[in-house]
Amino acid sequence: MSWLIVGTVPRADFGLYWGPAQLDGTELLLGGARVRVARGTPALVAAALTAAAFLHLPAPEVLLAGDVGTGEGSRRIYAALASEVHRVQGPGVTFHYLMPDVAGHNQVLWALESLRPRPLLVADAGFMYAAKMSGFAAHYDLFTPDVGEMAFLADESAPHPFYTRGFLLQDEEAVPDLVRRAYAGENAARALLVKGRTDAVVEGGRIVARIAAPDVPAMEPIGGTGDTLTALVSMLLAARLPIQEACCVAALANRFLGELAQPTPAFGVAEFLPFVPAALTRAWEARRLGPLP
Amino acid sequence: MIAWVRRFVRRHPANASKRGMSDRGMLLFPSTGEVIRAEAVLRDAGVPVAVKGPPPALRQGCDMVVEFPLVEELRVREILENHRLVPLRVAVVEDHLLEPVSLFHVKELGEFLMVRAANMKVTVHRSSGRIVNVSGGGCPDVPYLAEVLVGRSIDEAPEPRSLGRTLCGYALQLAFTEVRRRCRG
Repeated sequence: MSWLIVGTVPRADFGLYWGPAQLDGTELLLGGARVRVARGTPALVAAALTAAAFLHLPAPEVLLAGDVGTGEGSRRIYAALASEVHRVQGPGVTFHYLMPDVAGHNQVLWALESLRPRPLLVADAGFMYAAKMSGFAAHYDLFTPDVGEMAFLADESAPHPFYTRGFLLQDEEAVPDLVRRAYAGENAARALLVKGRTDAVVEGGRIVARIAAPDVPAMEPIGGTGDTLTALVSMLLAARLPIQEACCVAALANRFLGELAQPTPAFGVAEFLPFVPAALTRAWEARRLGPLP
Repeated sequence: MIAWVRRFVRRHPANASKRGMSDRGMLLFPSTGEVIRAEAVLRDAGVPVAVKGPPPALRQGCDMVVEFPLVEELRVREILENHRLVPLRVAVVEDHLLEPVSLFHVKELGEFLMVRAANMKVTVHRSSGRIVNVSGGGCPDVPYLAEVLVGRSIDEAPEPRSLGRTLCGYALQLAFTEVRRRCRG
Protein backbone atom coordinates (compact mmCIF):
# COMPACT_ATOMS: atom_id res chain seq x y z
CA MET A 1 0.00 0.00 0.00
CA SER A 2 1.25 3.44 -0.92
CA TRP A 3 2.00 6.45 1.25
CA LEU A 4 -0.23 9.40 0.30
CA ILE A 5 1.13 12.90 -0.42
CA VAL A 6 -1.43 15.72 -0.27
CA GLY A 7 -0.70 19.21 -1.59
CA THR A 8 -1.09 21.73 -4.38
CA VAL A 9 0.34 22.46 -7.81
CA PRO A 10 1.03 26.15 -8.59
CA ARG A 11 -1.18 26.23 -11.67
CA ALA A 12 -4.69 27.55 -12.11
CA ASP A 13 -5.42 25.10 -14.96
CA PHE A 14 -4.71 21.92 -12.99
CA GLY A 15 -7.78 20.14 -11.61
CA LEU A 16 -8.16 17.65 -8.78
CA TYR A 17 -6.04 14.55 -9.18
CA TRP A 18 -5.89 11.51 -6.88
CA GLY A 19 -3.78 8.66 -8.18
CA PRO A 20 -0.27 7.49 -9.04
CA ALA A 21 2.58 9.78 -10.04
CA GLN A 22 5.63 9.19 -12.16
CA LEU A 23 8.82 11.17 -12.57
CA ASP A 24 10.06 11.87 -16.09
CA GLY A 25 13.27 13.88 -15.88
CA THR A 26 12.30 17.14 -14.23
CA GLU A 27 8.56 16.70 -14.77
CA LEU A 28 5.86 14.78 -12.96
CA LEU A 29 3.39 12.72 -14.95
CA LEU A 30 0.00 12.95 -13.22
CA GLY A 31 -2.62 11.14 -15.23
CA GLY A 32 -2.48 12.93 -18.56
CA ALA A 33 -0.84 16.07 -17.19
CA ARG A 34 2.80 17.11 -16.93
CA VAL A 35 3.92 19.32 -14.05
CA ARG A 36 7.38 20.86 -13.80
CA VAL A 37 9.37 20.12 -10.66
CA ALA A 38 10.53 23.50 -9.36
CA ARG A 39 9.55 23.73 -5.69
CA GLY A 40 6.57 23.14 -3.43
CA THR A 41 4.58 19.93 -3.51
CA PRO A 42 5.84 18.84 -6.97
CA ALA A 43 9.38 18.91 -5.52
CA LEU A 44 8.25 16.87 -2.52
CA VAL A 45 6.56 14.31 -4.79
CA ALA A 46 9.58 14.07 -7.09
CA ALA A 47 11.98 13.47 -4.20
CA ALA A 48 9.61 10.95 -2.63
CA LEU A 49 9.27 9.02 -5.90
CA THR A 50 13.05 8.89 -6.26
CA ALA A 51 13.55 7.77 -2.65
CA ALA A 52 10.77 5.18 -2.84
CA ALA A 53 12.26 3.61 -5.97
CA PHE A 54 15.68 3.43 -4.32
CA LEU A 55 14.27 1.94 -1.09
CA HIS A 56 12.13 -0.59 -3.02
CA LEU A 57 8.93 0.87 -1.62
CA PRO A 58 5.62 1.23 -3.45
CA ALA A 59 5.58 4.57 -5.23
CA PRO A 60 3.65 7.15 -3.19
CA GLU A 61 0.17 8.09 -4.32
CA VAL A 62 -0.73 11.77 -4.63
CA LEU A 63 -3.79 13.90 -4.00
CA LEU A 64 -3.18 17.24 -5.70
CA ALA A 65 -5.08 20.21 -7.03
CA GLY A 66 -4.09 23.39 -8.80
CA ASP A 67 -4.05 26.39 -6.45
CA VAL A 68 -2.31 29.72 -7.01
CA GLY A 69 -3.50 31.16 -3.73
CA THR A 70 -7.25 31.42 -4.22
CA GLY A 71 -7.77 28.44 -1.93
CA GLU A 72 -10.14 26.80 -4.42
CA GLY A 73 -7.88 23.85 -5.13
CA SER A 74 -7.18 23.42 -1.42
CA ARG A 75 -10.90 23.35 -0.65
CA ARG A 76 -11.41 20.64 -3.28
CA ILE A 77 -8.68 18.60 -1.63
CA TYR A 78 -10.15 18.99 1.86
CA ALA A 79 -13.56 17.95 0.54
CA ALA A 80 -12.25 14.97 -1.45
CA LEU A 81 -10.21 13.64 1.43
CA ALA A 82 -12.99 14.02 3.97
CA SER A 83 -15.58 12.32 1.76
CA GLU A 84 -13.37 9.57 0.30
CA VAL A 85 -11.11 8.81 3.21
CA HIS A 86 -11.63 5.07 2.62
CA ARG A 87 -9.21 5.47 -0.30
CA VAL A 88 -6.41 6.11 2.21
CA GLN A 89 -5.03 2.62 2.69
CA GLY A 90 -1.29 3.14 3.03
CA PRO A 91 0.84 3.48 6.15
CA GLY A 92 0.88 7.26 6.21
CA VAL A 93 -0.10 10.64 4.82
CA THR A 94 2.08 13.71 4.28
CA PHE A 95 0.33 17.08 4.05
CA HIS A 96 2.04 20.00 2.38
CA TYR A 97 1.21 23.32 0.65
CA LEU A 98 -2.49 23.85 1.32
CA MET A 99 -4.43 26.96 2.18
CA PRO A 100 -4.68 26.94 6.00
CA ASP A 101 -8.35 26.29 6.71
CA VAL A 102 -9.26 25.16 10.21
CA ALA A 103 -12.72 23.88 9.29
CA GLY A 104 -11.36 21.92 6.32
CA HIS A 105 -8.51 20.62 8.44
CA ASN A 106 -10.84 19.39 11.15
CA GLN A 107 -13.02 17.49 8.68
CA VAL A 108 -9.94 15.80 7.24
CA LEU A 109 -8.46 14.94 10.62
CA TRP A 110 -11.78 13.62 11.85
CA ALA A 111 -12.07 11.37 8.80
CA LEU A 112 -8.49 10.10 9.13
CA GLU A 113 -8.94 9.38 12.82
CA SER A 114 -11.81 7.05 11.94
CA LEU A 115 -9.47 4.76 9.98
CA ARG A 116 -8.21 1.55 11.55
CA PRO A 117 -5.29 1.40 11.68
CA ARG A 118 -4.93 5.15 11.65
CA PRO A 119 -2.14 6.14 9.23
CA LEU A 120 0.92 8.06 10.39
CA LEU A 121 0.33 11.77 9.88
CA VAL A 122 3.11 14.12 8.77
CA ALA A 123 2.41 17.82 8.23
CA ASP A 124 4.51 20.59 6.74
CA ALA A 125 3.80 24.06 5.30
CA GLY A 126 0.24 25.41 5.22
CA PHE A 127 -1.41 22.30 6.54
CA MET A 128 0.88 22.37 9.56
CA TYR A 129 -0.31 25.96 10.18
CA ALA A 130 -3.92 24.77 10.08
CA ALA A 131 -3.12 21.84 12.37
CA LYS A 132 -1.64 24.21 14.95
CA MET A 133 -4.53 26.67 14.67
CA SER A 134 -7.04 23.86 15.10
CA GLY A 135 -5.72 22.98 18.54
CA PHE A 136 -5.17 19.38 17.42
CA ALA A 137 -1.44 19.53 16.68
CA ALA A 138 -0.77 16.75 19.17
CA HIS A 139 -2.78 14.35 17.01
CA TYR A 140 0.02 14.41 14.43
CA ASP A 141 3.08 12.18 14.38
CA LEU A 142 5.52 14.63 12.82
CA PHE A 143 5.83 18.31 11.93
CA THR A 144 8.80 19.61 9.92
CA PRO A 145 9.08 23.35 10.73
CA ASP A 146 11.99 25.67 10.07
CA VAL A 147 13.09 28.05 12.82
CA GLY A 148 10.57 30.75 11.87
CA GLU A 149 7.76 28.21 11.87
CA MET A 150 9.05 26.82 15.16
CA ALA A 151 8.55 30.27 16.70
CA PHE A 152 5.01 30.24 15.31
CA LEU A 153 4.32 26.85 16.94
CA ALA A 154 5.77 28.22 20.18
CA ASP A 155 3.50 31.28 20.17
CA GLU A 156 0.17 30.15 21.54
CA SER A 157 -1.52 33.30 20.18
CA ALA A 158 -0.14 33.39 16.64
CA PRO A 159 -2.57 32.30 13.90
CA HIS A 160 0.16 32.41 11.23
CA PRO A 161 3.99 32.80 11.18
CA PHE A 162 3.45 36.37 9.90
CA TYR A 163 1.93 37.29 13.26
CA THR A 164 4.46 35.58 15.52
CA ARG A 165 5.30 37.84 18.44
CA GLY A 166 8.68 39.53 18.33
CA PHE A 167 9.89 38.44 21.76
CA LEU A 168 10.11 34.89 20.43
CA LEU A 169 13.54 34.99 18.86
CA GLN A 170 13.68 33.19 15.55
CA ASP A 171 17.28 32.12 16.09
CA GLU A 172 18.66 28.63 16.23
CA GLU A 173 19.92 29.24 19.75
CA ALA A 174 16.31 29.74 20.80
CA VAL A 175 15.13 26.36 19.47
CA PRO A 176 15.19 24.53 22.85
CA ASP A 177 13.02 27.27 24.40
CA LEU A 178 10.69 27.34 21.39
CA VAL A 179 10.31 23.57 21.59
CA ARG A 180 9.49 23.77 25.29
CA ARG A 181 6.86 26.44 24.69
CA ALA A 182 5.30 24.59 21.75
CA TYR A 183 4.84 21.41 23.79
CA ALA A 184 3.62 23.31 26.83
CA GLY A 185 0.87 24.81 24.66
CA GLU A 186 0.09 21.46 22.98
CA ASN A 187 0.99 23.08 19.67
CA ALA A 188 3.43 20.43 18.50
CA ALA A 189 3.20 17.00 16.94
CA ARG A 190 4.48 13.90 18.70
CA ALA A 191 7.81 14.49 16.96
CA LEU A 192 9.40 17.48 15.27
CA LEU A 193 12.16 17.74 12.73
CA VAL A 194 13.28 21.36 13.07
CA LYS A 195 15.13 22.41 9.93
CA GLY A 196 18.05 24.78 10.33
CA ARG A 197 21.80 25.16 10.18
CA THR A 198 21.65 22.50 12.86
CA ASP A 199 18.62 20.24 12.45
CA ALA A 200 16.96 19.23 15.71
CA VAL A 201 15.00 16.02 16.16
CA VAL A 202 12.42 16.28 18.92
CA GLU A 203 10.37 13.49 20.36
CA GLY A 204 7.87 13.94 23.15
CA GLY A 205 9.08 17.47 23.85
CA ARG A 206 12.75 16.54 24.20
CA ILE A 207 15.52 17.23 21.70
CA VAL A 208 16.87 13.73 21.10
CA ALA A 209 19.31 14.42 18.26
CA ARG A 210 21.08 17.28 16.54
CA ILE A 211 22.50 17.00 13.05
CA ALA A 212 24.91 19.75 12.00
CA ALA A 213 27.19 18.16 9.42
CA PRO A 214 27.86 18.26 6.59
CA ASP A 215 27.01 21.95 6.53
CA VAL A 216 26.31 23.40 3.07
CA PRO A 217 25.16 27.02 3.60
CA ALA A 218 23.98 27.36 -0.01
CA MET A 219 21.14 24.91 0.73
CA GLU A 220 19.17 27.39 2.87
CA PRO A 221 18.08 29.82 0.16
CA ILE A 222 17.20 27.12 -2.37
CA GLY A 223 13.45 26.78 -2.64
CA GLY A 224 12.46 23.14 -2.21
CA THR A 225 15.24 21.84 0.03
CA GLY A 226 12.79 21.70 2.93
CA ASP A 227 10.42 19.83 0.64
CA THR A 228 13.06 17.21 -0.18
CA LEU A 229 13.66 16.73 3.54
CA THR A 230 9.96 16.17 4.20
CA ALA A 231 9.88 13.75 1.26
CA LEU A 232 12.82 11.76 2.59
CA VAL A 233 11.51 11.46 6.12
CA SER A 234 8.11 10.40 4.79
CA MET A 235 9.60 7.61 2.70
CA LEU A 236 11.80 6.46 5.58
CA LEU A 237 8.67 6.24 7.74
CA ALA A 238 7.07 4.26 4.89
CA ALA A 239 10.09 1.95 5.16
CA ARG A 240 9.05 1.38 8.79
CA LEU A 241 11.96 3.17 10.44
CA PRO A 242 11.11 4.46 13.92
CA ILE A 243 10.29 8.15 13.82
CA GLN A 244 13.49 9.33 15.51
CA GLU A 245 15.68 7.26 13.22
CA ALA A 246 13.72 8.32 10.15
CA CYS A 247 14.27 11.98 11.09
CA CYS A 248 17.99 11.47 11.67
CA VAL A 249 18.54 9.59 8.39
CA ALA A 250 16.47 12.12 6.42
CA ALA A 251 18.26 15.12 7.91
CA LEU A 252 21.64 13.56 7.19
CA ALA A 253 20.64 12.51 3.67
CA ASN A 254 19.37 16.00 2.84
CA ARG A 255 22.71 17.40 3.93
CA PHE A 256 24.56 14.83 1.82
CA LEU A 257 22.43 15.98 -1.13
CA GLY A 258 24.06 19.36 -0.69
CA GLU A 259 27.54 17.94 -0.27
CA LEU A 260 27.18 15.78 -3.38
CA ALA A 261 25.55 18.40 -5.60
CA GLN A 262 27.76 21.32 -4.48
CA PRO A 263 25.03 23.87 -5.20
CA THR A 264 25.14 27.64 -5.42
CA PRO A 265 22.24 29.66 -3.98
CA ALA A 266 20.92 29.86 -7.58
CA PHE A 267 20.36 26.09 -7.82
CA GLY A 268 16.99 24.56 -8.63
CA VAL A 269 15.74 21.74 -6.44
CA ALA A 270 15.32 19.35 -9.40
CA GLU A 271 19.10 19.36 -9.76
CA PHE A 272 19.36 17.44 -6.47
CA LEU A 273 17.21 14.51 -7.56
CA PRO A 274 19.99 12.45 -9.22
CA PHE A 275 21.88 12.51 -5.92
CA VAL A 276 19.06 11.10 -3.76
CA PRO A 277 20.19 7.42 -3.91
CA ALA A 278 23.80 8.23 -3.01
CA ALA A 279 22.74 10.61 -0.26
CA LEU A 280 20.40 8.04 1.26
CA THR A 281 23.12 5.38 1.09
CA ARG A 282 25.60 7.60 2.90
CA ALA A 283 23.11 8.55 5.58
CA TRP A 284 22.00 4.95 6.06
CA GLU A 285 25.61 3.83 6.45
CA ALA A 286 26.45 6.72 8.77
CA ARG A 287 23.63 5.64 11.09
CA ARG A 288 24.87 1.99 10.92
CA LEU A 289 21.47 0.62 10.04
CA GLY A 290 22.73 -2.52 8.29
CA PRO A 291 21.78 -3.43 4.73
CA LEU A 292 19.46 -1.08 2.84
CA PRO A 293 15.94 -2.36 2.10
CA MET B 1 -16.85 5.48 30.93
CA ILE B 2 -17.75 9.06 31.84
CA ALA B 3 -14.08 9.98 31.87
CA TRP B 4 -13.68 8.47 28.42
CA VAL B 5 -16.65 10.47 27.09
CA ARG B 6 -15.22 13.67 28.58
CA ARG B 7 -11.84 12.93 27.04
CA PHE B 8 -13.50 12.26 23.67
CA VAL B 9 -15.47 15.49 23.78
CA ARG B 10 -12.36 17.43 24.64
CA ARG B 11 -10.02 15.83 22.15
CA HIS B 12 -12.09 14.86 19.14
CA PRO B 13 -11.85 17.08 16.04
CA ALA B 14 -15.63 17.00 15.75
CA ASN B 15 -15.67 19.23 18.82
CA ALA B 16 -13.36 21.74 17.24
CA SER B 17 -15.43 24.73 18.28
CA LYS B 18 -14.41 24.01 21.84
CA ARG B 19 -10.69 24.52 21.13
CA GLY B 20 -8.23 25.94 18.68
CA MET B 21 -7.87 29.55 17.67
CA SER B 22 -9.69 31.92 15.39
CA ASP B 23 -8.39 32.22 11.85
CA ARG B 24 -10.12 35.58 11.33
CA GLY B 25 -8.81 39.13 11.06
CA MET B 26 -10.61 42.44 11.63
CA LEU B 27 -10.57 45.55 9.44
CA LEU B 28 -11.03 48.79 11.33
CA PHE B 29 -12.19 51.93 9.49
CA PRO B 30 -12.73 55.50 10.65
CA SER B 31 -16.40 55.54 9.69
CA THR B 32 -19.39 53.25 9.40
CA GLY B 33 -19.78 54.26 5.74
CA GLU B 34 -16.37 52.83 4.95
CA VAL B 35 -17.20 49.64 6.84
CA ILE B 36 -20.29 49.19 4.71
CA ARG B 37 -18.42 49.91 1.46
CA ALA B 38 -15.59 47.57 2.44
CA GLU B 39 -18.04 44.80 3.22
CA ALA B 40 -19.71 45.27 -0.17
CA VAL B 41 -16.56 45.30 -2.29
CA LEU B 42 -15.05 42.35 -0.47
CA ARG B 43 -18.26 40.37 -0.71
CA ASP B 44 -18.46 41.15 -4.43
CA ALA B 45 -14.90 39.87 -4.81
CA GLY B 46 -15.88 36.59 -3.19
CA VAL B 47 -14.20 37.11 0.17
CA PRO B 48 -16.28 35.65 3.01
CA VAL B 49 -16.77 38.62 5.35
CA ALA B 50 -19.00 39.55 8.26
CA VAL B 51 -19.68 42.90 9.94
CA LYS B 52 -19.38 42.71 13.72
CA GLY B 53 -18.90 44.88 16.75
CA PRO B 54 -15.27 45.44 17.76
CA PRO B 55 -13.88 44.43 21.14
CA PRO B 56 -13.90 47.41 23.53
CA ALA B 57 -10.15 47.97 23.31
CA LEU B 58 -10.37 48.48 19.56
CA ARG B 59 -13.12 51.10 19.41
CA GLN B 60 -11.50 53.92 17.48
CA GLY B 61 -14.38 56.05 16.35
CA CYS B 62 -16.23 53.29 14.60
CA ASP B 63 -18.68 50.86 16.05
CA MET B 64 -18.29 48.07 13.51
CA VAL B 65 -15.47 46.01 12.05
CA VAL B 66 -15.28 43.75 9.02
CA GLU B 67 -14.17 40.23 9.84
CA PHE B 68 -12.35 38.28 7.10
CA PRO B 69 -10.13 35.18 6.74
CA LEU B 70 -6.81 36.46 8.06
CA VAL B 71 -4.72 34.30 5.73
CA GLU B 72 -6.14 36.32 2.81
CA GLU B 73 -4.92 39.66 4.22
CA LEU B 74 -2.77 40.49 1.20
CA ARG B 75 -5.62 39.97 -1.26
CA VAL B 76 -8.03 41.88 0.96
CA ARG B 77 -5.68 44.87 1.16
CA GLU B 78 -5.32 44.90 -2.64
CA ILE B 79 -9.09 44.81 -3.19
CA LEU B 80 -9.61 47.65 -0.72
CA GLU B 81 -6.80 49.71 -2.21
CA ASN B 82 -8.35 49.32 -5.67
CA HIS B 83 -11.50 50.87 -4.21
CA ARG B 84 -9.57 53.59 -2.36
CA LEU B 85 -10.41 52.14 1.01
CA VAL B 86 -7.63 52.20 3.58
CA PRO B 87 -8.29 50.51 6.91
CA LEU B 88 -7.14 52.28 10.04
CA ARG B 89 -5.78 48.98 11.16
CA VAL B 90 -5.85 45.25 10.55
CA ALA B 91 -6.13 43.29 13.78
CA VAL B 92 -6.06 39.61 14.64
CA VAL B 93 -9.30 38.34 16.20
CA GLU B 94 -7.43 35.83 18.33
CA ASP B 95 -5.32 38.51 19.98
CA HIS B 96 -5.72 42.07 18.76
CA LEU B 97 -2.36 43.06 20.22
CA LEU B 98 -0.53 40.90 17.67
CA GLU B 99 1.48 42.83 15.11
CA PRO B 100 3.00 41.62 11.84
CA VAL B 101 6.57 40.44 11.98
CA SER B 102 8.81 43.43 11.37
CA LEU B 103 12.31 42.04 11.83
CA PHE B 104 14.36 41.04 8.82
CA HIS B 105 17.04 38.38 8.93
CA VAL B 106 19.79 39.08 6.42
CA LYS B 107 22.47 36.64 5.33
CA GLU B 108 25.40 37.20 2.97
CA LEU B 109 26.20 34.14 0.87
CA GLY B 110 29.21 35.18 -1.22
CA GLU B 111 27.88 37.08 -4.22
CA PHE B 112 24.31 36.42 -3.09
CA LEU B 113 22.13 38.16 -0.51
CA MET B 114 19.28 36.41 1.31
CA VAL B 115 16.58 38.29 3.26
CA ARG B 116 14.02 36.53 5.44
CA ALA B 117 10.79 38.09 6.68
CA ALA B 118 8.76 35.82 8.95
CA ASN B 119 8.64 32.49 7.10
CA MET B 120 9.67 33.76 3.64
CA LYS B 121 13.12 34.14 2.09
CA VAL B 122 14.23 35.90 -1.10
CA THR B 123 17.76 35.54 -2.48
CA VAL B 124 19.29 37.77 -5.14
CA HIS B 125 22.54 37.84 -7.05
CA ARG B 126 24.02 41.08 -5.77
CA SER B 127 25.73 42.49 -8.86
CA SER B 128 23.02 41.63 -11.39
CA GLY B 129 20.03 42.10 -9.07
CA ARG B 130 18.57 38.83 -10.38
CA ILE B 131 16.24 36.93 -8.05
CA VAL B 132 17.75 33.45 -7.91
CA ASN B 133 15.54 31.78 -5.33
CA VAL B 134 12.44 32.10 -3.19
CA SER B 135 11.91 29.68 -0.34
CA GLY B 136 9.86 29.07 2.77
CA GLY B 137 6.19 29.74 3.35
CA GLY B 138 3.27 27.38 3.42
CA CYS B 139 0.37 29.00 1.57
CA PRO B 140 -0.28 27.87 -2.00
CA ASP B 141 0.46 31.20 -3.65
CA VAL B 142 4.13 30.91 -2.63
CA PRO B 143 5.23 28.33 -5.24
CA TYR B 144 3.27 30.31 -7.84
CA LEU B 145 4.91 33.60 -6.86
CA ALA B 146 8.31 31.92 -6.87
CA GLU B 147 7.76 30.74 -10.45
CA VAL B 148 6.96 34.31 -11.48
CA LEU B 149 9.83 35.97 -9.60
CA VAL B 150 12.80 33.64 -9.96
CA GLY B 151 15.09 34.57 -12.85
CA ARG B 152 13.89 38.16 -13.06
CA SER B 153 15.64 41.33 -11.98
CA ILE B 154 14.56 42.78 -8.66
CA ASP B 155 13.77 46.03 -10.52
CA GLU B 156 11.66 44.41 -13.22
CA ALA B 157 9.90 41.67 -11.28
CA PRO B 158 6.26 42.30 -10.35
CA GLU B 159 5.68 43.09 -6.69
CA PRO B 160 4.49 39.96 -4.88
CA ARG B 161 1.49 41.89 -3.54
CA SER B 162 0.21 42.36 -7.11
CA LEU B 163 -0.12 38.58 -7.56
CA GLY B 164 -0.14 37.08 -4.09
CA ARG B 165 -3.16 36.63 -1.86
CA THR B 166 -2.07 35.30 1.51
CA LEU B 167 -0.07 36.20 4.58
CA CYS B 168 2.86 34.21 3.17
CA GLY B 169 2.58 36.38 0.06
CA TYR B 170 2.56 39.43 2.32
CA ALA B 171 5.72 38.22 4.09
CA LEU B 172 7.30 37.66 0.69
CA GLN B 173 6.40 41.25 -0.26
CA LEU B 174 8.21 42.53 2.85
CA ALA B 175 11.31 40.45 2.11
CA PHE B 176 11.17 41.57 -1.54
CA THR B 177 10.96 45.25 -0.58
CA GLU B 178 13.82 44.90 1.88
CA VAL B 179 16.11 43.06 -0.53
CA ARG B 180 15.40 45.68 -3.21
CA ARG B 181 16.19 48.48 -0.75
CA ARG B 182 19.46 46.82 0.15
CA CYS B 183 20.43 46.14 -3.47
CA ARG B 184 19.78 49.74 -4.45
CA GLY B 185 21.90 50.85 -1.49
